[in-house]
Amino acid sequence: MIKFIQQLQRRTPLGWLQLSHERGRLVVALAGIAFADVLMFMQLGFQASLYDSNTRVDRAMAADIILLSPKALNLQNLSTFSRRRLLQALDVPDVQAANALYINSLTWRNPQTRLNATVQVLGFDPDQPAFNLPQVNQQLDKLKLPDTVLFDRGARGEYASVITQLDQNQPVTTEAEGRTLTLTGLFELGASFGADANLMTSDQTFQRLFPRRDAASVSLGLLRLKPGADPDQVAAALKSHLPEDVLVLTAAEFVQFEENYWKTASPVGFVFGLGTAMAFVVGVVIVYQVLSTDVNAHLKEYATFKAMGYHNGYLLSVVFEEAMILAFVGFIPGAILPLGLYALAAKATALPIFMTVSRALLVLTLTVVMCILSGAIATRKLQSADPADMF
Amino acid sequence: MTVAITVQNLNHYFGQGQLQKQVLFDINLEINSGEIVIMTGPSGSGKTTLLTLVGGLRSAQSGSLNVLGQELAGATAKQLTEARRHHGYIFQAHNLHSSLTAIQNVKMGLELHPAVSLTEIQTRATDMLEQVGLGDHLHDYPDDLSGGQKQRVAIARALVSHPQLVLADEPTAALDSKSGRDVVTLMQTLAKEQGCTILLVTHDNRILDVADRIVNMEDGRLTKTALALTEI
Repeated sequence: MIKFIQQLQRRTPLGWLQLSHERGRLVVALAGIAFADVLMFMQLGFQASLYDSNTRVDRAMAADIILLSPKALNLQNLSTFSRRRLLQALDVPDVQAANALYINSLTWRNPQTRLNATVQVLGFDPDQPAFNLPQVNQQLDKLKLPDTVLFDRGARGEYASVITQLDQNQPVTTEAEGRTLTLTGLFELGASFGADANLMTSDQTFQRLFPRRDAASVSLGLLRLKPGADPDQVAAALKSHLPEDVLVLTAAEFVQFEENYWKTASPVGFVFGLGTAMAFVVGVVIVYQVLSTDVNAHLKEYATFKAMGYHNGYLLSVVFEEAMILAFVGFIPGAILPLGLYALAAKATALPIFMTVSRALLVLTLTVVMCILSGAIATRKLQSADPADMF
Repeated sequence: MTVAITVQNLNHYFGQGQLQKQVLFDINLEINSGEIVIMTGPSGSGKTTLLTLVGGLRSAQSGSLNVLGQELAGATAKQLTEARRHHGYIFQAHNLHSSLTAIQNVKMGLELHPAVSLTEIQTRATDMLEQVGLGDHLHDYPDDLSGGQKQRVAIARALVSHPQLVLADEPTAALDSKSGRDVVTLMQTLAKEQGCTILLVTHDNRILDVADRIVNMEDGRLTKTALALTEI
């Protein structure tokens, strides 16, 4: 090991000297890598925000076990199952409470623009908190009045003045399905790819808004367990107790179920995955261009080194040294730029897009792989550095 | 006196099959240690081919080629690379690395030898450049040096590791007569100090006087193998 470090100290940092001598080329190369990194960061960021935003409602649910229809696809296409199953679920010992959650999409009149817009309505019994959201749970009393709703502060669309008004405790009214709705408070969940905004309301108001939805057909069943009960065991007991027209999932499994839909059944997950792959390929091409130009420009010098008795391996190490330098130095602007772009995209789309350490490490790894791959292709040209041609 | 290079019945061919062409015919040559031998001859006579064979840049095909006690005929690529580490090369063009300063270029000639320590590399490279009169240009890039200066850096690079054999291919071709003369005198002085053998290919009649012996090559054959300097 010590010997290796000593050897490294003796060694002229040829790769670095070659790169830094051609400032212009180095800047272009780094810009190219940074560009590829930014592309990858954006694609991965959107992909993560897709999963994140679409499971936000699921994760906020105050439930240990969730019942849903076997026909359910995702939160926007849940189908329904019979309310009886909730009562039956209470037979299982450790189940403390079983509440119904009704979900439907609603076309309402945006209170600010007076134009039609689609929102997602979540209806539940105000006496039984359905979400782990303190903002909602403090305002449950408001929902006991008919035709009142709570509005999502993180909604996508033009709702700025509505939110300001609600912040000043002034109720806002609007119209939906021939009824006048009163917005009396705010909570924060945020928009997703499936819904622009969420409304919280009582099960009673929900019935009035959707008269064709039968109160006995619920979208989700939220089961709370007695303290200390193991959700997996209770879920197993529920599965054997309940008929097959209802699906039993633990809270974690339900989030997984939702995420899985967006990953596989919807094209969106694939699109972002492909986008990342494309960015990677673009990066490989850029780095390859830079390295092969560099190898070509130094072919004569490399042949001279070969004539002096340097092995091919030494020249390979020079190219890989360059590749590694490009990867790490190019990653710096490539990781800083997306921070600003994430903030910009988060503002424009109301989606939760932010940098994570694991994503940064993933992109760094991809960048290193990208540069090594390009280096490996570029070194093929080294074979044509024939020292016999030097004389 | 020991023998540095022995060439016996060396033939060399370029191309394969129908297109095969013989470029060297039955070469026999012996060069003693410390001797300066100049090889002259018209273009295309095979001088450079012989030089690359002696230098281990090509592998010898038939006959025997013994350089510094090692048989190069039939040597593997790895053996040839190792053998090249004991030679110093001076090319027609200086072939310095443009991204390296003068001293960094010279250091590259020493880095090959693992026995030399980092501090020794530094001092020997500096000394060598001072010897070739470039003590003030240690950190200049080749682009900032004149043609003669570049060639002197190249000589420093070739000689810094004290090779037992120096091979040069028209080292003065790109230089004016004065710098050419200086470069050759420098090579001669340094080589005599270090006691190394020099094999030099040239067309330049002005520098023939530095040779201990001149050999002439024509159409792939050596025509005069031992022409004493006084006979010219």
